[in-house]
Amino acid sequence: MKENLYKYILGIADNSLILGQRMGELCGHGPSLETDIACTNLSLDLFGQVRSCYQYAAKILGDDRTEDDIAMLRKERDYLNVLLVEQPNRDFAYVIGRQFLFDVYHHLFLTELQKSKDLTLAAIANKSIKEVSYHLRFSSDWVKRLGDGTEESHARMQEAIDGLWTYTDELFHQTEADKEMVAEGIGVDVTKLKETYYNNVAGVLTEATLQVPELKYFQKGGKQGIHTEHLGYLLAELQYMQRAYPNMEW
Amino acid sequence: MSEEQIKNLEEQFEARILRDDKIEPKDWMPEKYRQTHIRQISQHAHSEIVGMLPEGNWITRAPSLRRKVALLAKVQDEGGHGLYLYSAAETLGISRDEMFEQLHTGKAKYSSIFNYPALTWADMGAIGWLVDGAAIINQVALCGTSYGPYARAMVRICKEESFHQRQGYEIMLKLSQGTQEQRDMAQDALNRFWWPALMMFGPKDEDSPHTAQSMKWKLKRKTNDDLRQQFIDQTVPQAELIGLTVPDPDLKWNEERQSYDFGEIDWDEFWQVVKGHGPCNKERMDARVNAWEGGAWVRDAAMAYADKKQERKAKQAI
Amino acid sequence: MSTKNWPLWEVFVRSKNGLEHRHFGSLHAADAEMALENARDVYTRRNEGVSIWVVESKHITASNPEHNGELFEPAQDKVYRHPTFYNLPDEIKHM
Repeated sequence: MKENLYKYILGIADNSLILGQRMGELCGHGPSLETDIACTNLSLDLFGQVRSCYQYAAKILGDDRTEDDIAMLRKERDYLNVLLVEQPNRDFAYVIGRQFLFDVYHHLFLTELQKSKDLTLAAIANKSIKEVSYHLRFSSDWVKRLGDGTEESHARMQEAIDGLWTYTDELFHQTEADKEMVAEGIGVDVTKLKETYYNNVAGVLTEATLQVPELKYFQKGGKQGIHTEHLGYLLAELQYMQRAYPNMEW
Repeated sequence: MSEEQIKNLEEQFEARILRDDKIEPKDWMPEKYRQTHIRQISQHAHSEIVGMLPEGNWITRAPSLRRKVALLAKVQDEGGHGLYLYSAAETLGISRDEMFEQLHTGKAKYSSIFNYPALTWADMGAIGWLVDGAAIINQVALCGTSYGPYARAMVRICKEESFHQRQGYEIMLKLSQGTQEQRDMAQDALNRFWWPALMMFGPKDEDSPHTAQSMKWKLKRKTNDDLRQQFIDQTVPQAELIGLTVPDPDLKWNEERQSYDFGEIDWDEFWQVVKGHGPCNKERMDARVNAWEGGAWVRDAAMAYADKKQERKAKQAI
Repeated sequence: MSTKNWPLWEVFVRSKNGLEHRHFGSLHAADAEMALENARDVYTRRNEGVSIWVVESKHITASNPEHNGELFEPAQDKVYRHPTFYNLPDEIKHM
């Protein structure tokens, strides 16, 4: 039970950690000062959620490992985030597309997680949902702006959605730990979110004058620790200090 | 307006500043006052946003989650401060785009300190502690400056920046309590940032031609040398407290002056960096230009979308 | 290069219920929704607000300081609008 709960928390936290890290890369390089500041806020929200989760995970482990050990000292195959969140910032359309496709899921997921029998998780969900409601509003607005903006932005936004679409199905896959947690009333049955997810996504894309991709071939593996090549580089930066200077306090 | 009338207005204007009246955007002001303020405020704004870059470098590599969020929030604040300052400058009749243009073409300057590279994690400490420390000394003095929008921006900025220097000093403190490797890292960062930090206060008074005019308009409340001395006097004990050595063999407490004597600054280096030949001038400018030009299609899209929405609304109204 | 720049907006924030909205500063945004979101992200990062107004700067009509004499000076000698203008017996402490 503890092992499954631990893995379940990592799954949740790793998504936010990796997405927060990607968003953090943008800080200082955004398309306008106002947008730059807004994107950093998303990143800060995500890291805040991450810290609560890893602190809880550390408590479950019950040894002397800290939130940072869990966040920064696992090997690449031990990160359980979905492939979607590790995709690089190819351009601002990809940044927004990735954020949007995750936010729709994240919002549905946290709404359900608030009902978890695990009170710590329920509390984390309760706090995070307000932040994520704003994220969803922000990214949906930008999908519409870029989709229904200029010819160029429309093409770029469509390309980003098309490129990222292959990673959406994985959001609704269940691991063994997931199933166990659902059975215990702790976890969220993500398979039940799928229909609403695609409906909500389609709603925004249509309003943004974008095509809903018809692609039926999907990528998976993140939840089993089998990632895209992008993750290794991201971790190399994320873990650099902890690896180069082991066992020190900062 | 006749020359006589202008002279009269100028006299009234100077008198207002003398009695601590604030000047507001629509008030009459001498052209030179307007231009000097546009130059200084935009330069200040540019420093904030270029200043995001060296620290921004380390966001993805911060050694702990706690440090990461603190650094992110700090760099974000700098963006916010740039924004407040650009807004203040805009009240003088220049657009933000024009100011960016001046920055990108090298016509406008920014603080040279940001042309030095941030090489190790300890540099995050040194920048927060020394660079923000030096900036705060300048900025506190400016809260009482004569131009209302600038003074208000400074008040807000000073309030928000109070955590920045602490953030940096805490990083240094932690390093100094750590392993030998960490202490060396901290000392190395101090060695590299000490002199550039002193240069942040600008040339010596005798080589600073604008000082008299700027003092009159309260764009400066103290001279460069006075501010520099104040910074040294407050920073040296902070270094000693955490066991770091200020890299200046001539640094000595002067009992009579109740201040530190210090060594000669390398002014050749100062001018070299100001003229665009510092270690990172090119990288910094490239990063800013890329962000701006690479973001043009995004800004255009948002504008096009806003126009379309407006049109639709207008049509519905009919 | 950009064809048209994002216009300037003025931001007013109510710091808590019971207080008025106060001018906090300005920012650029393409439309009103974005202006609101940007204002939230730029001006309320430290819990400074419970309500935000944004208005495009060009819609503000401001008085001209050159007319300050005729606009505001006439009010200076209307001392009878202030309570101190009226004499009361010493026995009455508060009125």
